Amino acid sequence: MVPEIGHFALVIALFVALVQTIMPMLGAYRGIPELMAMGKPAARVQFLFIAVAFFMLTLAFIENDFSVAYVAQNSNSALPIEYRISAVWGAHEGSLLLWVFMLASWGLAITIFSKSLPEHFLARVMSVMGFTGVGFILFILMTSNPFDRLIPAAADGRDLNPLLQDPGLIIHPPMLYMGYVGFSVAFSFAVAALLGGHLDATWARWSRPWTTVAWLFLTIGIVLGSWWAYYELGWGGWWFWDPVENASLMPWLAGTALIHSLAATEKRGAFKSWTVLLAILAFSLSLLGTFLVRSGVLVSVHAFASDPERGVFILGFLVVVIGVSLGLYAWRAPSVHGGGRFEWFSREMLLLANNVLLMAALAAVLMGTMAPIVLDALNLGKISVGPPYFDVVFVPVMLPLVILMGIGPLVSWQAGDARPLFKKLRIVLAVSLVTGIALPLIAMGKATLMVAASTTIAMWVILSSAQYLRDRIKRNVGNKGLSAGVYGMVIAHAGVGVFVIGVTLSSVFSVERDVHMRVGDTVQINNFVFRLDEVKPVRGPNYHSDMARVNITRDGEQVAVLTPEKRTYFIQTMPMTEASIDTTLLRDLYVALAEQRDADGWALRVYHRPFQAWIWSGPLLMALGGILAASDRRYRVSARHILQARRKTASASVSDGAQA
Amino acid sequence: MRVRYLLPIAVFLLMVAVFGLVLYQVSQGRNIKEVPSPLIGKAVPQFELPLLLAPQRIFSSEQLKGRVSLVNVWASWCVSCRYEHDLLVRMSRDTDIPIIGINYKDERVDALKWLRDMGDPYEASIFDYDGHLAIDWGVYGTPETFVVDQRGVIRYKHTGPITMEKLRDEIMPLVNKLRKAGDTV
Repeated sequence: MVPEIGHFALVIALFVALVQTIMPMLGAYRGIPELMAMGKPAARVQFLFIAVAFFMLTLAFIENDFSVAYVAQNSNSALPIEYRISAVWGAHEGSLLLWVFMLASWGLAITIFSKSLPEHFLARVMSVMGFTGVGFILFILMTSNPFDRLIPAAADGRDLNPLLQDPGLIIHPPMLYMGYVGFSVAFSFAVAALLGGHLDATWARWSRPWTTVAWLFLTIGIVLGSWWAYYELGWGGWWFWDPVENASLMPWLAGTALIHSLAATEKRGAFKSWTVLLAILAFSLSLLGTFLVRSGVLVSVHAFASDPERGVFILGFLVVVIGVSLGLYAWRAPSVHGGGRFEWFSREMLLLANNVLLMAALAAVLMGTMAPIVLDALNLGKISVGPPYFDVVFVPVMLPLVILMGIGPLVSWQAGDARPLFKKLRIVLAVSLVTGIALPLIAMGKATLMVAASTTIAMWVILSSAQYLRDRIKRNVGNKGLSAGVYGMVIAHAGVGVFVIGVTLSSVFSVERDVHMRVGDTVQINNFVFRLDEVKPVRGPNYHSDMARVNITRDGEQVAVLTPEKRTYFIQTMPMTEASIDTTLLRDLYVALAEQRDADGWALRVYHRPFQAWIWSGPLLMALGGILAASDRRYRVSARHILQARRKTASASVSDGAQA
Repeated sequence: MRVRYLLPIAVFLLMVAVFGLVLYQVSQGRNIKEVPSPLIGKAVPQFELPLLLAPQRIFSSEQLKGRVSLVNVWASWCVSCRYEHDLLVRMSRDTDIPIIGINYKDERVDALKWLRDMGDPYEASIFDYDGHLAIDWGVYGTPETFVVDQRGVIRYKHTGPITMEKLRDEIMPLVNKLRKAGDTV
């Protein structure tokens, strides 16, 4: 019964989503308030039914219902409960259900936080959200139903892919999808604004918190994925420029550009039509990512199920959603009048530079990801574009961006004054230079020109952000305090600096050793001595494992004991490397057990990776900045103001009526 | 409508055209992930293993020689094997192509129950309990299907469930060709 209830709930949700698509749009078009008002309840009901469907699939996993094909393929009675739950999104069908669930959750969130939105606008937003829902629910029902029965039922399940049996992977997909899907809100706002012809600062203000929240989820999702790849794949790397990774990076770059461009649109009315285009682009790239990952067009280390039929459906859906919105853009955007004028040295110009650089980076990633597909399709040969290409094109674009980031917030809108700014930043620049050169020298004992340049740029961002904060606090004396948005921006920008330091020092100074060790053997990296104490068999719930104990000392003092494992899962018989890592602020010690060479000899991979934790901390600071920025009072205050204003006009019109 | 506002949609449509082309090729049977098996053109690995139905009897690689046969790797726990099983059963009934099964990492009881419930298309099923044989054959996922010629050389490999189209367009023509070539030798 459970899967049938889930299936049925999904079908109902489809019809509710159809209502949500058609009625409010029709209402907005004809000016019928009753129809427009249907958007909200429809979105809530749709959420309810999708939540039921999602819960039913989860229940099927918890209860080990192997008569459901999807459960039989992705779970097993010996699988621990937390992985049985995360197995819900362990493969294609369930991932899509999670996607739709997230979409419905965002829809629900709009209905709750939409008090300040005019009814025409809200109706169009709900309609666009509804349409996206229709597309994806239809996709699930037609090509990827997770509730399909398996007759006869399997005795036991095929088990979850061991790579995915990991705490990081429990939350990585939900975070990533929250981000991907979250851009649907900015997208709906943009399309609604295009339809209504109100591309103004208010539209940008409404979009900003939603965009920021989606962006911060995406940031966290990408970090978790990268962190997982770092400790689970056992290769020591954390970013591989894999097409699936690129598919998540592209919407992130577009989203980052959108956040900044929205600021200019809200504050100065600048770049209006460009901002709309970015909002469409960010969500389009999320959809494109889904298409690339789910259609089998990509060759990737992420070996997901691929199916041309599914590809055709998503491509058709892409054409409708993106094609229509870009068509709408081509039709409506020319009538949008530009914002205020600005000088070459102004906040607007720097935000424009930010956008240009981010778009260049995006184009580079897009080209590197698409080139193999295009060339192969045109029979021009099979190529693979790897880290060498991306490192060469991506880094030179990002470094100027980071440099400008240090100046941007300090420059005034419209027309900045370069000279006093330079005076103020002279000291910051000098301190950045000194600390930037000193940091690698003190921490690593050596530095190259490139390393010093990178760390200097990183220190520059951190220090100039601090300078900006100091200025703002000084100017704010006696006031009620700075807005959360200011802190958010400063923390996010500083996070970029932290990230750059981490990437630079970790990539340049990491030491990797592949060694063959017998019990009792030692290997030394820098000052750390790794000794293999023992390798013993361990039995897990659904795997058996060889667990090594590696004792690490430094100058005779014990630093850590690491226990890397080599697991073999019973069902999928895939050997899995469980690296063991000791992390401090300044370095990671990383040991992965490769394979047994002879009776008591093992191949081990040992790393010393300085500042690795900074690579994760940087983006987490960015996400934290996003949380602060999105929680800024003025988004709520403005909502209340508008509400009050509307009540006033409403009571005014009532009294007018009475007089008449 | 000014031209520059049409640029985004033009770029987008161009991308759609490329994706459409790729999808068309994939649907025409082009496998973009296809890595030709290094075993194709090589003799089957030597082995001697017991049969699933009669454990006391041994099946050796020599027995694959002398005729064209299909070797199908399967397991009762393998969900995708269910998709192709009916096709194999029909094939064993309607054609004279011998199908040899390699029962991969299975419990004997489960495997026998599967054959009882779903039909047994196999002339013989080799019982590869620890999966070593499959490793020698380069199996990386069940089901996999091989075509072995008269001299015991692997001529074809397919990973994943075989479909009616695969059978009609690739496997049957190849088997017929190999049989004809074998007759003239």
